[in-house]
Amino acid sequence: MPYLTDHPIDPRTLVAQVMRSSDGAYVLFEGVVRNHHDGKAVESIFYDAYRPMAEKEIGAIVHDIAAQFPDVALAVVHRLGHLVVGDSSIAIAAAAPHRAEAFAASRMMIDRIKETVPIWKKERGPDGEEWVGWQGRC
Amino acid sequence: MKVRLLFFAVLRDIAGVDARELVLSEGTTARDVWQSLRGEFAKLADYVQPPMIAVNEAYAEPSTVLRDGDELAFIPPVAGG
Repeated sequence: MPYLTDHPIDPRTLVAQVMRSSDGAYVLFEGVVRNHHDGKAVESIFYDAYRPMAEKEIGAIVHDIAAQFPDVALAVVHRLGHLVVGDSSIAIAAAAPHRAEAFAASRMMIDRIKETVPIWKKERGPDGEEWVGWQGRC
Repeated sequence: MKVRLLFFAVLRDIAGVDARELVLSEGTTARDVWQSLRGEFAKLADYVQPPMIAVNEAYAEPSTVLRDGDELAFIPPVAGG
């Protein structure tokens, strides 16, 4: 299954993908569009990606984390396109026999995705629009 | 040789296109291409150092020498999640 989607995320599908009868817990993380950033109002976000590379990068991260947490089953999907406040932009499901590994693996997954996967967001609000992270650095 | 240059996010807005074909001389590096973009687009002039670079869908160093048929992309600061 691809890691990127243009459609609303259904977190139940993700959980169903990872849960096994030997699992005692799952952690479901969702990143959600909020109505503010750096003191500015946000109404919507446009997510852009270098799709084939982003698929590869997320796949490599999933592979890494699976190697570190062999008992954890992982699923992740990132939404692209135009999202409004309250929409989920990413969902991660991590299932494990015990909760500690599920928490740790899901946390590592979102942190790693934010570091290297070529996905960008343009925030739109009453003050205009801006690509996050571009101003003043490169 | 020919290299396909892809533009994403803020760089697509600045360039006004998704991609362009470059005809380059042998030995051209990814950094060389960035320097030419700085000369072409005033909004990039201050960015002496290139952003992250991808060649053929994998991160690469600015010093990477491009080859015929390569796909090059400059990766502005990522903001997924």
